[in-house]
Amino acid sequence: MDVFLQTLVAGLLKGGLYALIGIGMTLIMGVMGIINLAHGQLMMLAMYITFVLNTMGVDPYVSLLVAMPLLFLLGVTIQKFLLNPLIKVETILPENQVLMTVGIGMAMTEIARFTFTSDYKYVTTEYANRTFSLGNVSFSVALTIAFGIALVFTAAMFWFLLKTDLGRSIRATAQDKDAATLMGVNTARITVITFGIGAALVAAAGCLLAPVYYIFPDIGGPFTAKAFIITILGGLGSTVGAIFGGVTLGLAESLGATYFGMEFEDIVGLTIFILVLLFLPGGFKRLTKV
Amino acid sequence: MKKHLVPLLLLAVLAALPLVLQSNYFLHLMILFLLWVVIGSAWNLLAGFTGQVSFGHAAFFGVGAYTAGLLFHHLQVSPWWGMAFGGILAFLIGLPFGAICFPLRGAYFALASLALGEGIRHIATIAEAFTGGMVGIMIMPTFVSKVPYYYITLGLAFLTVLSIQAIMRSKPGYYFVSIREDQDAAASLGIDTTLYKNISLAVSAFWTGMAGALYMNYMGFIDPHVVFSLHDYSVMAILVAIVGGVGTIYGPTVGAFIMVAFQELFRTGFFGLFAYIGKAAGIGAIAALGDAVKKAHVLGFGILVIVVILYLPNGVVGDWEKVKRKVFRIRPNR
Repeated sequence: MDVFLQTLVAGLLKGGLYALIGIGMTLIMGVMGIINLAHGQLMMLAMYITFVLNTMGVDPYVSLLVAMPLLFLLGVTIQKFLLNPLIKVETILPENQVLMTVGIGMAMTEIARFTFTSDYKYVTTEYANRTFSLGNVSFSVALTIAFGIALVFTAAMFWFLLKTDLGRSIRATAQDKDAATLMGVNTARITVITFGIGAALVAAAGCLLAPVYYIFPDIGGPFTAKAFIITILGGLGSTVGAIFGGVTLGLAESLGATYFGMEFEDIVGLTIFILVLLFLPGGFKRLTKV
Repeated sequence: MKKHLVPLLLLAVLAALPLVLQSNYFLHLMILFLLWVVIGSAWNLLAGFTGQVSFGHAAFFGVGAYTAGLLFHHLQVSPWWGMAFGGILAFLIGLPFGAICFPLRGAYFALASLALGEGIRHIATIAEAFTGGMVGIMIMPTFVSKVPYYYITLGLAFLTVLSIQAIMRSKPGYYFVSIREDQDAAASLGIDTTLYKNISLAVSAFWTGMAGALYMNYMGFIDPHVVFSLHDYSVMAILVAIVGGVGTIYGPTVGAFIMVAFQELFRTGFFGLFAYIGKAAGIGAIAALGDAVKKAHVLGFGILVIVVILYLPNGVVGDWEKVKRKVFRIRPNR
């Protein structure tokens, strides 16, 4: 029973972070209708920013304040100068924007490799390995703090999307781009801002993960894969779905690792992915109606 | 007949090449180039003509390679049989995959194919007793010389391009294009869109599997990280087609040439040019730059994708008029 509870807790804590990654991706997907295959790479950059600041003695949670604005700017630049120009161009494949994000992701990974080499880096903090326990279940301090911050960001994101003018414009653009344009929403500007927000959210996830993960240039790829599994689980473009998707993936990975073996951790996500495609195309969005 | 003249001439030149050039290094590059013609053309049939962008062609490539390797490893069957079986097995894997994904619309197929490639890679790594896991599989090469491999690859590339050309001139080919252009319109005309997408996937998977098995025969060694690599195969297949021209018959051939040349330029530091200049001028910085170039080939790919999609979104063949105007300053005939 203790093992089971421990697994649940570990999965839940990881799931909170996954949700943060997934929300960024699903926002971008919902508003622009494209899959951002450079999402994990954006997170990787944020982790390196955390690492560099850490060598100067800055705490990873403080570096959130640096990494998020920087990644916001990077996201804005990417959308404005690399992705938006593609909309006007006549091409055979509508997926050109997706392929562009692949190119961007490759370039980012390799630039990181040039700057920091392929070596594993890690952020040193005094709390990285500390745990506290409730009953027989132990909690990693770093992951619990990360979970808390992730919750705050998610709640803030909801408030922003539901209550502010900009948030409403984003939702309008996601629902129907043409109609939103006719209602006076500057959709080109909205896509730029949305990509920035998506990048900033995944940057937050990167900073929160930095104390508990190794940092290396290729870490982006697996997290991009996780992000799209979460997005599919939740239903394309659904923020509520992304939260459920993130937590489900976190729980499933933990359970898989505990009861089947460590090497099955990644397979679990893919299996769920295929099951969802088979039996619940449209993801959790179908169930919640939000 | 005039339309066939250039391809036939090209084929004749390619067939005569080993008689003139006998350097192993050059033949190796040509084999790689022809292998990419096969994979790129196969990807292009599914994505460029049918509009179903796949991010998981490494799955089919790897399955082909592993079929050849495992047949030899477990049953001592000549890996050349793997070429037929590899193609068929890749096709058999494509079948249920297409059945699951094609009724869905939108981005699902692209995402699911990405998952397929990664999933099979994990399975090949985990099933250690059967596949050798991370250690991989090694076989003895059949021929010492590279010339036989060259002709076999040339034959495969020729057959692939020919078959795709034949398909695209037949009724299914026109169905494919109609599905790409407007699936609803195609369906309303009575075309079974799911069936024809599956046919396109099956042909594409078959040729890619054959290419994988040929790779196994030629290289003599595979492991999951090599043949199921997302970057080296799934993304590279996309690049080959995009750079050459999506939705054109000869686009992937041109793209394969450009990509292999590009990769080799970077891998050798522009054929040692940097090192040579650095040594001649006695400046260490240039030699160091040469080393950086050698390490930068993936970065080069990334930048190439960005530049090509921004400026030549239909590839070199698709945007040929534009290239002619820009590069050679020739105005189009009116």
